[in-house]
Amino acid sequence: MADGSNGDAFVAFERVQKSYDGETLVVKDLNLSLPKGEFLTMLGPSGSGKTTCLMMLAGFETATHGEIKLDGVSINNIPPHKRGIGMVFQNYALFPHMTVAENLSFPLEVRKMGKSDREAKVKRALDMVQMGAFGGRRPAQMSGGQQQRIALARALVFEPELVLMDEPLGALDKQLREHMQFEITNLAHSLGITTVYVTHDQTEALTMSDRVAVFNDGRIQQLAPPDELYEQPQNSFVAQFIGENNTLEGTIAEIRGDHCVVKLDGGETIDATPVNVTKVGERTQVSIRPERVEVNKERLQEGAHTLKAEVLEFVYMGDIFRTRLRVAGRDDFVIKTRNAPDQIRMTPGSMIEIGWLPSDCRALDAP
Amino acid sequence: MNTATDPDKITGPTPDNALRAADASDKKDGPVLAADGTPLKKSLGRALRAQKLRALAMIAPLLIFVVLTFIAPIFDMLFRSVENQIVSDTLPRTTQALKDWDDTSGQVPGDDVFEAAYIDIFYAAENKMHTRLGTRLNYELTGVSSLFRKSGRGLDDIGEVYKDQFEDLDENWDEAEPWAELMGSDAWLAEARAWEDGQPLPKFELREGIAEVLPRTADAYSQFAAFTRVEEEDNVFNEEPWTLVHTMLYEDLAAGDVSGYTGPRADMLIAADALVDSPEFETADLKAVFEDIDKDWMDPVVWQTIKMYSPDYTSGYFLNSVDMQKTPDGPALRDEDERIYGILFKRTMFMSLVITFSCIALSYPVAFLLSNLPARTANLLMILVLLPFWTSLLVRTSAWKVMLQQQGVINDVLVWIGLIADDNRLVMINNQLGTIIAMTHILLPFMILPMYSVMSTIPPYYVRAAKSLGATNWTAFWRVYFPQSVPGIGAGSILVFILAIGYYITPEIVGGTTGTFISNRIAYHISSSLNWGLAAALGTILLAVVLILYWAYDKIVGIDNVKLGG
Repeated sequence: MADGSNGDAFVAFERVQKSYDGETLVVKDLNLSLPKGEFLTMLGPSGSGKTTCLMMLAGFETATHGEIKLDGVSINNIPPHKRGIGMVFQNYALFPHMTVAENLSFPLEVRKMGKSDREAKVKRALDMVQMGAFGGRRPAQMSGGQQQRIALARALVFEPELVLMDEPLGALDKQLREHMQFEITNLAHSLGITTVYVTHDQTEALTMSDRVAVFNDGRIQQLAPPDELYEQPQNSFVAQFIGENNTLEGTIAEIRGDHCVVKLDGGETIDATPVNVTKVGERTQVSIRPERVEVNKERLQEGAHTLKAEVLEFVYMGDIFRTRLRVAGRDDFVIKTRNAPDQIRMTPGSMIEIGWLPSDCRALDAP
Repeated sequence: MNTATDPDKITGPTPDNALRAADASDKKDGPVLAADGTPLKKSLGRALRAQKLRALAMIAPLLIFVVLTFIAPIFDMLFRSVENQIVSDTLPRTTQALKDWDDTSGQVPGDDVFEAAYIDIFYAAENKMHTRLGTRLNYELTGVSSLFRKSGRGLDDIGEVYKDQFEDLDENWDEAEPWAELMGSDAWLAEARAWEDGQPLPKFELREGIAEVLPRTADAYSQFAAFTRVEEEDNVFNEEPWTLVHTMLYEDLAAGDVSGYTGPRADMLIAADALVDSPEFETADLKAVFEDIDKDWMDPVVWQTIKMYSPDYTSGYFLNSVDMQKTPDGPALRDEDERIYGILFKRTMFMSLVITFSCIALSYPVAFLLSNLPARTANLLMILVLLPFWTSLLVRTSAWKVMLQQQGVINDVLVWIGLIADDNRLVMINNQLGTIIAMTHILLPFMILPMYSVMSTIPPYYVRAAKSLGATNWTAFWRVYFPQSVPGIGAGSILVFILAIGYYITPEIVGGTTGTFISNRIAYHISSSLNWGLAAALGTILLAVVLILYWAYDKIVGIDNVKLGG
């Protein structure tokens, strides 16, 4: 699963660039490959180029430079209808003048499939999304969740090997969205199809994907499985974008292999893992996840650096406690502690001492 | 995958659940009550009443304006298509007398009818109504107009025969005063004698008992007196009566006995009675006089026509509109060479259809292009589409005249580039082709606008979805885009077809004789032939056709599917 060009890759972007106006690049030098059967999510803020990449893959946009390969064959000059890629749109794009069955039958009809074959496949696809009884309905007569299932069934009914999904769950409410996330991943894995999924919702990306490509400013910032992405962000953008994150700014005081000491701007020193810093004296942004901050000094390593912190706010959130602290001159430092029987509930105004394992604290680039 | 559930079965609140809950609560028995126990509908109605009244007050000026200046005149006009009181109003006695006449006998009616016609036409001539009636009946039977005009003049002669004889007997029969004294009451006579210019004229009253002695004369004199007082504003006391009164006097004297009369001028009357009874007295044969005026009076068809059009309401105009006519045996088709309206209606329909289809063919690509352009460019081009609306219709039509005529721009260009010979120029105007070209151009914006507004609401992702599902450009267009644009085509077609079917100016200018519409015929009847009844009947049929088409369209396509915007 190397992210460079790969001979065995099912889908590959090779040095792809895209510009709409000839002045700015929306996609800058994209290299990406994914093997058959993978569920890859393109995650990023709006305008980061993720949807453009998807549209280039679908064939609705042409790459300004570079090559897009499907199963080893360049598809740059193949029109969308010949690519055989299933696609689920954000607004479902179910044809309003056709019934559900007609919608599903459409891709089979244009493939000149016989009537009985079509009916069998439509039925199977509808059963697959548990909508077997809805064949005669019109899209407007169904709820958003039902329409989403039909859109999914339609994208799958002609058995494509690659399915693209463009924020397919964006219009659903939270409950339904979480349910559908689960169903889509199940379906994709059980059918063994390769999926490229675009979203700006990081939770969706983390829960559904085999790998996530984080886009920003037309580039992939990091391409990694969800756990790696969350726990080992490669740069400060990814650290900020994925999940909640505490940042402290300072300069590198000392580097020893996979361990470094950072001198914060307030004068305190902390332990960290150097990620993309190389030399002493370099500016750095240190990133620590709120749940990895340790308030119990006994659990820290011998000789670990600690910081004094003042409790500013304590929020009870049910499963966790969210406590806001003033640390090293910043008052947006957040820690999360599990609501366990022995957990201390901190009172605002009290002073505590916090620390962390050096491996949980990552010294990243300073933007 | 097997553990997946239907989205409907998710526990916890979803929007679907909320909707279902609302549905369920609606199905409870009985009307929903407001907090104070009144039905909710009633209390809602009360709460909205003030709002409704305010809304009504706001539209009231326009509503009244439209009713007075648009709806009322239209209904009045359409009503003329069946109205026919003029015949029975002008010829009350004749239509009454004709009731007993068998119009299929092929015989001229009897003397009683002629006498009634004499009296009616005499009164009508005095009131100048006989020419209007002649014009009305002339629509049904050519020549009646001149028949009535001649008769109005000629029927005076009948009375002259009697008047001259009475005058020979006694000069007083030709004087105003003796007649007034004979017929008028004493009270009226006193007032009439004392009347001076500028005062209101006294209302004529019959002498008591004179109506029993001379019923017809009294009736005719009363009519004369009323006419003189009201229409001519003269003192009846000073006016010689109409010759009709003399005729009536003869009839009364011939029929009855006046010896019992003792009032003023009794001697004069008794002498006249003796004269009438004497064998030398010359009488006029009414039939002969009518025949003498115009031998058409001896044609039963004239009397048939009068009888057929005596009812107050007639289907005659409508029958005319569909190339039929009334006959004594019921409605029948006109002769082949007299049928024009059927052809005109068919031509109007056919040409409107051709114009509608040309508009669809020309507008669809334009609307498609406009809806797919960026908003700025689309708005700019939309101004070009709307540009014709800022130019007078007459100017645009006249411009087509310049373009299409044989010495016009198009022919000149074709000759110049050598495509056609100079002596073989194309005839593109004063025929159906000219009307179709000019009207297609003029009605084009009415097709483009609704199409554009529908197409611009079709999101681009449908076509993309179709292509991603494997459809070629054409299939994606035809199976996915086109069906969604049909409401626009429908709206445009209704608009264009209904406008075309009633179009007047353009076919009038460029249509010649073969390219005119039914509306041109209606205009002809309104302004030239003045047969408003027929024009109203044709207009009513046209309106009905449009409404039927509209209804049919609603049944087939559904008027909900017509979108003019949004």
